[in-house]
Amino acid sequence: MTFFLETLIGGLLAGTLYSLVAIGFVLIYKASGVFNFAQGAMLLFAALTFVSLQEQGVPFVLALLLTSVVMAIGALIIERAVLRPLVNRSQITLFMATLGLSFIIEGLAQGLMGAQVRALDLGIDDVPLFFGEIMVSQFDLVAAATAALLVIVLALLFNHTRIGVSLRAVADDTRAALSIGINLNRIWQIVWAVAGVVGLVAGLLWGARQGVQFSLSLVVLKALPVLIIGGFTSIGGAIVGGLIVGAAENLAEAYIGPLIGGGITPWFAYFLALIFLYIRPAGLFGERTIERV
Amino acid sequence: MHATLKRTFVGAFLALSICNTLPAQAATDEQFFPLATYRVGAYASSGIPVWAGMIDYLRYINEVEGGINGVKLVWQECETEWTAEKGIECYERFKNGLNGAPVAVYQPNGAPAAYALADKAAADRISLITLGYGRTEATDGSVFPYNFPVMLTFYSEASAFINYVAEREGGLDKLKGKKIATVYHDSAYGRETQGPLKLLAEKYGFENIQIPVADPGNEQSAQWRQVRQLKPDWVFLRTWGVSTPVAIKTAARFGFPVERIVGDIWASSDEDVLPAGSAGKGYLALTPYPGGAGFEIHKRIKEHILDKGKSDLKDPKSFGSVYYNSGLVNAAIAVEAIRAGQEKFGKRPLEGDEGRWGLEHLNIDAARLETIGFLGLMQPLKLSCNDHEGGGAAKVQQWDGGQWKLITDWVQADRQTLRPLIEAKSAEYAREKSVTPRDCGAES
Repeated sequence: MTFFLETLIGGLLAGTLYSLVAIGFVLIYKASGVFNFAQGAMLLFAALTFVSLQEQGVPFVLALLLTSVVMAIGALIIERAVLRPLVNRSQITLFMATLGLSFIIEGLAQGLMGAQVRALDLGIDDVPLFFGEIMVSQFDLVAAATAALLVIVLALLFNHTRIGVSLRAVADDTRAALSIGINLNRIWQIVWAVAGVVGLVAGLLWGARQGVQFSLSLVVLKALPVLIIGGFTSIGGAIVGGLIVGAAENLAEAYIGPLIGGGITPWFAYFLALIFLYIRPAGLFGERTIERV
Repeated sequence: MHATLKRTFVGAFLALSICNTLPAQAATDEQFFPLATYRVGAYASSGIPVWAGMIDYLRYINEVEGGINGVKLVWQECETEWTAEKGIECYERFKNGLNGAPVAVYQPNGAPAAYALADKAAADRISLITLGYGRTEATDGSVFPYNFPVMLTFYSEASAFINYVAEREGGLDKLKGKKIATVYHDSAYGRETQGPLKLLAEKYGFENIQIPVADPGNEQSAQWRQVRQLKPDWVFLRTWGVSTPVAIKTAARFGFPVERIVGDIWASSDEDVLPAGSAGKGYLALTPYPGGAGFEIHKRIKEHILDKGKSDLKDPKSFGSVYYNSGLVNAAIAVEAIRAGQEKFGKRPLEGDEGRWGLEHLNIDAARLETIGFLGLMQPLKLSCNDHEGGGAAKVQQWDGGQWKLITDWVQADRQTLRPLIEAKSAEYAREKSVTPRDCGAES
């Protein structure tokens, strides 16, 4: 029983790290209906910028602020150079644009800041903590707390600010939002900037665990099943989806893995997502759309 | 203004394209060294110091030694991103040489390309050198005449690991009843040691535990929870890329002592331990090319290449890193093979079959290692038609938090015990592909 509980809790906590990545996707999808394939590249770019600034002796908080500014400038450029010229194009066109964008950002990141692996120390020890016989990672607890804090901040932003209300209006009905004078371009800029900052937070936590290197951009692969399960339009869904994926893949690896040769973590998350697609195609918290054909 | 700008860009693009297709240097009395590199993509951080080591050594041979017996070396890079398809593309571009300078040997530099090219290169009669990767059964040169998994195959690596553990435990007889877990990258590379470890477990009586980590391996809680539950005495870590630092950090999180983890050849670089931070202090790793810049060849390269600003190394901190040294060793093997071939075919550029002859008659003994400045960095290497591996030994190094420290001399694998396994696999390959094995006794 202890092993089961430990695996379950460890999985739930690991899932919050997946949720952090998924939230970046949700923000952009909510505002523009674009599945931003470049989110992983943005995460890599943010983490690399932060580490590069730290290497130059910039203190932690200042590096955090400067990186956020860099991500905001990046958002402005993306909106102006990529999204605005493609406005009113089909979703697949925008998706392909973000696919190209991911290659540009990755190349730019490596070209400007180098391809070498960097260590990132956030000052959080990745050591075991024991609650009775159950072992929990201190780092995972901090990551979970960070995710919770981020969700609270985003909830406040979207529910209690003018920008948030505008964003929700755009998400609900873009044309209606435009007709009452909401500046769509400004909303996109803000959302991409916020997604960049979310990418920074996720990049720092993942970077601290595995080092800041190119493969950071691959963590998006963990976010896809989370989004399918939780829904593409709900931040709460991203959190719940992350928890489900984290717990399920850890339990599956522990109990099913030994029976079929192990190493099942990555595909099991997608297998789970496939089941959800059959039962609930829009995800647990996604918006169900009905289209007249 | 727009039109002028457009013309400038188009002109610049065309000029660059033409430059890119021009050979590095046109000549027929030169030996071509194709460099299938990966400077971008997921594995760029590992590759960049390797190519620097290779290029620095080739440059050293040209500028200080005047080439190989007077034959100057030319090289050109082709980006593979460590993928099979681009690896094949590069091979096809390079296999016919460079403007008259022939290819004697080819290094695919990546397991996917090595597997994909094995049959193709044999058909083209070009030898593939795969140091620390590739098909282990290609050790049997009678079936694989053009594949050279030199120096340390995965089988030898497994055996050297077991011999090191035995040394630490007080002898091979002390292995009985021990638990040895292998945490491995769930790929052809990772699974390659299952056969030899099963054989060695049966021979020495230890419990052989296998725990796979699926690619990319950036979340390993489930695996290390299993390790914690099974309580092995030693862990053999056979990971690659990001899965290594994640494994080291996760092991620390689950309270498994890092000084009981021994990384394999692809989990033994600075890039593997640096991201793990303090959790990596005490981590052990097997390597056929230990880290360190104190070997004789480093003094020579520093004096003639590095200090003169001719190094390919962008980050001087990587001078003497494990990957930089692997580049040196890889280049040295190719150079020495050509040198050996020139003894028979004359002091001129060699073609594919001549390069193969050179490889099969390669004999880098301790005296030769001392002459070329590689003593201590590289083990003696003697290849033959029957034996395309040679050495079969590794040193064990330990990460002290800042650099690798060598803690053993060469730990030799028990190659004799493993040979029947290799022969069984190569015979299976020969049957499958209808290959008639060469009679190595009749080869000269």
